[in-house]
Amino acid sequence: MKTIYLDNNATTRVADEVFEAIRPFFSELYGNPSSMHSFGGNVAREVAVARSSMAELLGASPQEIVFTSGGTESDSTAILSALNTLPERREIVTTRVEHPAVLNLCKYLARSKGYTVRWLSVDKFGMLDMDEVKKSISENTAIVSIMWANNETGVIFPVEEISEIAASRGALMHTDAVQAVGKIPINLDRTNINFLSLSGHKLHAPKGIGALYIKKGTRFSPFMIGGHQEFSRRGGTENVPGIVGLGCAARVAMKNFEEENTRVKQMRDRLQTGLLERVSQARVNGHTDFRLPNTLNIGFEFVEGEAILLRMDDKGICASSGSACTSGSLEPSHVLRAMGVPFTAVHGSIRFSLSRYNTEDEIEFVIEETPKIIMVLRALSPFNLATINAACAVQ
Amino acid sequence: MWEYTEKVKDHFFNPRNVGAMSDADAVGEVGSLACGDALKLFLKVDPETEKIVDASFQTFGCGSAIASSSALTEMIKGKTIEEALKITNQDIANYLGGLPKEKMHCSVMGRDAFHAAVACYRGEKAPQEQAEGELVCECFGVTDEQIRRAIRENNLSTVQEVTDYTKAGGGCGLCHDKIERIIAEIKGEIRSLEPDRARPRKVMTNIQKIAKIQEVLDKEIRPSLQQDGGDVELIDLEGDVVKVALRGLCTSCPSSALTKSGIESKLRELVYPDLVVREVDE
Ligand SMILES: Cc1ncc(COP(=O)(O)O)c(C=O)c1O
Repeated sequence: MKTIYLDNNATTRVADEVFEAIRPFFSELYGNPSSMHSFGGNVAREVAVARSSMAELLGASPQEIVFTSGGTESDSTAILSALNTLPERREIVTTRVEHPAVLNLCKYLARSKGYTVRWLSVDKFGMLDMDEVKKSISENTAIVSIMWANNETGVIFPVEEISEIAASRGALMHTDAVQAVGKIPINLDRTNINFLSLSGHKLHAPKGIGALYIKKGTRFSPFMIGGHQEFSRRGGTENVPGIVGLGCAARVAMKNFEEENTRVKQMRDRLQTGLLERVSQARVNGHTDFRLPNTLNIGFEFVEGEAILLRMDDKGICASSGSACTSGSLEPSHVLRAMGVPFTAVHGSIRFSLSRYNTEDEIEFVIEETPKIIMVLRALSPFNLATINAACAVQ
Repeated sequence: MWEYTEKVKDHFFNPRNVGAMSDADAVGEVGSLACGDALKLFLKVDPETEKIVDASFQTFGCGSAIASSSALTEMIKGKTIEEALKITNQDIANYLGGLPKEKMHCSVMGRDAFHAAVACYRGEKAPQEQAEGELVCECFGVTDEQIRRAIRENNLSTVQEVTDYTKAGGGCGLCHDKIERIIAEIKGEIRSLEPDRARPRKVMTNIQKIAKIQEVLDKEIRPSLQQDGGDVELIDLEGDVVKVALRGLCTSCPSSALTKSGIESKLRELVYPDLVVREVDE
């Protein structure tokens, strides 16, 4: 059976070019970039090339890029650095819909370290209220951490605009751009964003490599303390194959940028229209304009997400769900709950996330198969619109 | 990804005895759409022998909920009601070759649906309505009786296990203390909850009441809400009506009404039993 991979917001396939670029760094080019011999020095040169490529993708300069182990480390590093360098400020501003890498860190800081967290709410489209943003950032705010694009719905936040507000109050600005980098244009050159997190495995580089952008002039307090690597901003011998792969992935992303925003977007739109036409009582979660070109989150009412995924898996289709049963916790997605998605739809929400490796044929197959799956499960379900209306009328 | 046995997969992909039964002699319903799983069980019973001649189901839920429902109908068909009442949730799980422990509540749902159907058949009120014990977990509507039974039948010893088997404690977390006390009580570590509940009611002035309510909110309730990014603020007290504003994650959560009643029962337990909590917009 052929695998149809529509879970690219979870992780992506390593691009062939990237894999080829990495290969020699395991076998022939295994030197330590810090060594004094040219065998190591040659490797250091490749790390520098990767840094330049990454900087170019972001509209930054190479000295502003620190390689890390991924999105989570970059998020922790940025937020903890801001709190360390602005010790007199005791507040954090963030949203209710962040990835756990930011969300759980902020909960921890509130619970165990006495910081006050201002949780920004979102409306039913998953969008922020800019008045609330303005009101929440104050002279007590150390760090504003707001994701560039949401991993579950693909909704894009106006982080450049928010960075101006943060700067005007003397607060630092961090954005978790793990889902945005490589998918939408980013030019950090003229923004007030101090920190940006990204992760390799979301843009066709390997897992376990990422980067943190630190704007020139931003005071920084390292998270990993050790050797002098990464300009003394992150100790530890470099993950050279990962770094080389991430650099290559950045170049590949720049080359494929057009395709991501045209062909991938067209396939996503086709999937959305196809499913909404064929399945009744289905709704898109998240604003359909301010959204990543590859992401589609649909709530199928009266069916449960894990059951949908199991049946899709049986057809070789990989996607993910915001349902409680898939997370190991009993609560459905915090993102969809924050948006106030009705409980009839929240448990049956499915995220499809595409990449340029998908084909039009695959999308047609999913448009064919998904409605059948929903029908089978709805036939099993004790609920439908009529029973719900009846129950509500009784109350 | 969950590790499901072949038997679970078989019953999920090819569920037996699906659908509503128009001439059922008994119907048992458990769970709800809001909770993420629900099961409606239909029985046809021979009145002479009390033999279950047919059974069918409708289920909204995950793979193991559907498989557990299907297994249940297969297991009870042909048995008398008395025989079938002996089936425990563990029997259902065993029939399926086991369930992941986080999914054990699906087997409990099967057992509960059957007991509800039997109650219906015998003309008793459904166990949900008849106050079978005291509501412990407000988020998922689980009573102390259900928790006690799950603990006894499955020999559970931690709050996490109770959550895996009954869902109790899987939401806001305000009931973790109560669950712990029930576990301790069953293990014989404390004798009973009764003396605690029967604590004599003190006469308090309004100021004392407010101070006590504030203390309970700060010490017992807000920390666990804050862990979820939520919060509650005491706005006012009018007679026995405690006015609170819910903030943060709990306001947008579909179970915000449940959070409210969770706070209410905590306040009733620790301040005095006549308090009513009302949510207000500021
Ligand atoms: C928005 C967002 N932030 C952070 C992460 C974590 O990245 P990593 O897995 O590289 O630690 C992810 C990926 O799961 C993500 O989607």
